[in-house]
Amino acid sequence: MYKTFHKGGIHPAENKLTARKGIIDLPVPVLVTIPVIQHIGTPAKVIVKKGDKVKTGQLIGQGEGFVSSNIHSSVTGIVSRIDKVIDTSGYNRPAIEIETSEDEWIDNIDLNQELIREINISRPEIVKKIQEAGIVGMGGATFPTHVKMALPRGKIIEHLLVNGAECEPYLTSDHVLMLEKGEEILTGVTIAMQALDVRKAIIGIEKNKTDAIWHLMKLAQDYEGISIQGLKVKYPQGSEKQLVKSIIKREVPSGGLPSDVGAVVFNVSTMFAIYEAVQKNKPLIERIITVSGRSLNNPSNFRARIGTHISDLIKAAGGLPEKTGKIIGGGPMMGKALNSLDVPVTKGTSGLLILEEKESSRKPVMNCIRCSKCVSVCPMGLEPYLLMTLAERRMCEFIEDCHIGDCMECGSCSYICPANRPLLDYIRLGKVRLRELKRKQKEE
Amino acid sequence: MLTVSPSPHDHSGESVSKLMFGVIIAMIPAFIVSLVYYGIGALIITVSAMLSCAAFEYLIQRFILKKPASLKDGSALVTGMLLAFCLPTNFPVWLVVLGSLVAIGIGKMSFGGLGNNPFNPALVGRVFLFVSFPVRMTMYPEPLQYWFRYTDAITGSTPLSIIKEGIRNGETLPDIMVKIPDYIDLFLGKIGGSSGEIAAFALLIGLIFMLARKIITIHIPLSIILTVTVFTGFLWISDPIKYADPLFHLLSGGLLLGAIFMATDYVTSPMTPKGMWIYGIGIGIITVLIRVFGAYPEGVQFAILMMNAFVPLINKYVKPHRFGEKLSNA
Repeated sequence: MYKTFHKGGIHPAENKLTARKGIIDLPVPVLVTIPVIQHIGTPAKVIVKKGDKVKTGQLIGQGEGFVSSNIHSSVTGIVSRIDKVIDTSGYNRPAIEIETSEDEWIDNIDLNQELIREINISRPEIVKKIQEAGIVGMGGATFPTHVKMALPRGKIIEHLLVNGAECEPYLTSDHVLMLEKGEEILTGVTIAMQALDVRKAIIGIEKNKTDAIWHLMKLAQDYEGISIQGLKVKYPQGSEKQLVKSIIKREVPSGGLPSDVGAVVFNVSTMFAIYEAVQKNKPLIERIITVSGRSLNNPSNFRARIGTHISDLIKAAGGLPEKTGKIIGGGPMMGKALNSLDVPVTKGTSGLLILEEKESSRKPVMNCIRCSKCVSVCPMGLEPYLLMTLAERRMCEFIEDCHIGDCMECGSCSYICPANRPLLDYIRLGKVRLRELKRKQKEE
Repeated sequence: MLTVSPSPHDHSGESVSKLMFGVIIAMIPAFIVSLVYYGIGALIITVSAMLSCAAFEYLIQRFILKKPASLKDGSALVTGMLLAFCLPTNFPVWLVVLGSLVAIGIGKMSFGGLGNNPFNPALVGRVFLFVSFPVRMTMYPEPLQYWFRYTDAITGSTPLSIIKEGIRNGETLPDIMVKIPDYIDLFLGKIGGSSGEIAAFALLIGLIFMLARKIITIHIPLSIILTVTVFTGFLWISDPIKYADPLFHLLSGGLLLGAIFMATDYVTSPMTPKGMWIYGIGIGIITVLIRVFGAYPEGVQFAILMMNAFVPLINKYVKPHRFGEKLSNA
């Protein structure tokens, strides 16, 4: 029985070009740029200086404050520069540039690929290890995992939900990871269950990955409390609230978190990172990245070091096609368009998408014909056409009553609009204008 | 050069012109039926209405609004075809052109063009012609008689006007029903009426096509049809001598044409399913009130225009159910 959520949603062309391709290890590049903020929260404090020699896995940025995350060197080499660069999130952020030499890992990391299932550390130790390893939500939100695990007092979690939906078109990094590292993911889930004291874990996977569903189902028989739930293909099923609704039929209240309905959601890649951190002492310094696009010669799934420039990834995927119009960090629905090839990949980069010129431009905007398609596809039950009009006309006092804060920016409205109206652009503008208005009101 | 723009970077490929031409395709079965029953007249008025609507839209945009022409979206053609669908097939061309001018000029462009008009433009044109030329608008040619004759065809009445007339003259319904075509003829369209409204089955094919292509949703047609069925059914049970049965009401006049093609006009119908139900129920009730208790035999067009006026109000007060709404209030 495949489940799904019922309010809104769209079915963009899946384009999973790399679904049948295994993970390829990308050679260590000659230069990496590691941003000191790759997560939601406070930037990590740089603890190395120019000219320092660093080893692979060495701590180079110390998480500061409650919501923050550690940053480790993903390579061995010499710190050549500490400066601001634009990363795949599109923001200009302080980063550490390292010129690489021969790969040398710090001592306590277990590089043996053998599976270790037995977990012999206590609950607080697990969270501490996750924090030390600098693990963040790898589905794209990049919220520090150890903070998510420190649940608010009084909240009882019954379900640990694992997001293997991968509803973004093109992306297959979670898919191939589930196929190749199934046992590791399940062990990671078991670790997370222990850390959160949860008895039941459910991994939600969309139907376009039946091989992963069957593979994990078979493996999960050996793991207590873990089950697999097949999901119908629908975007944005990988969104936390929609996933909770799909799998356990509970609706996270407006403005609330999954923990309000007894659930907590993690991505499968995060589960793998937890396994490596706890069982192998390995910090989060590499991840799986899908490099895809119809015009690419060799779209692939790479295991790449954090901080690798996207130019290296594109080269490995067959080089930048001549008529490239757009490079996107992430998937086509929620990813960010990049303006250069020197951008480094971060902990939240699940994919790189190369679009041709003809796929890159938007069509001319027409009048709204009030077809109400945006209303019917909005998974949050909002009225995008109205939010756009209010934002356009600066009617900020009304925009809050229309619950603009519920919008998670999935882009379903802009995707479906027959008049090509930039609904989501204006909704974002509306959010900014509302924040401005609130700040002004506070000052008065 | 790399393009940098905010997400989403993918689009459904849906476009206004695709939707509008979808509506035109959905109207073709009804048009074919009209050609079969009325011959050349149906062709003349449909072509002249579509051409004149497109021409007026172009001229107004070019010379009065001084904006780039938007003919490509196809909405003027839909308006033209719909207008022709609610005219008798022996209607003179100069009046068709006049009706198109009112539909496009007053009904649509005066509000700022596609998307801004509160009333269905085709209905504005139709009602203008109906009020200004009532006699000409109610002379319908007999079906299957004159394929090659146009304005000089011999005219008859519609089933609805026969009933209205009969009731006014104090006849009982069973006596009147003898004079009108049976339900199979109603379903197949072998009756007097406007060019596009006669054949129920052809309109239903159009509905199925539009539903399958997701051009419209079922809410508006269904709510109108259900409301008319329930309301007229109630009247019929209370006094079958005086009131016609629900099936007759559904198959006669412009009810299906209105419910399927006119009331579902995007621009002038509500934005939420709940709103669509309110709108449809309103149209159903007003239609039956006009048909049964009003002065005119047919009331769908007026009912839709009246409910068009309520759409902004409906949109303001009827909101979709939000995700997570109930729980946050609890």
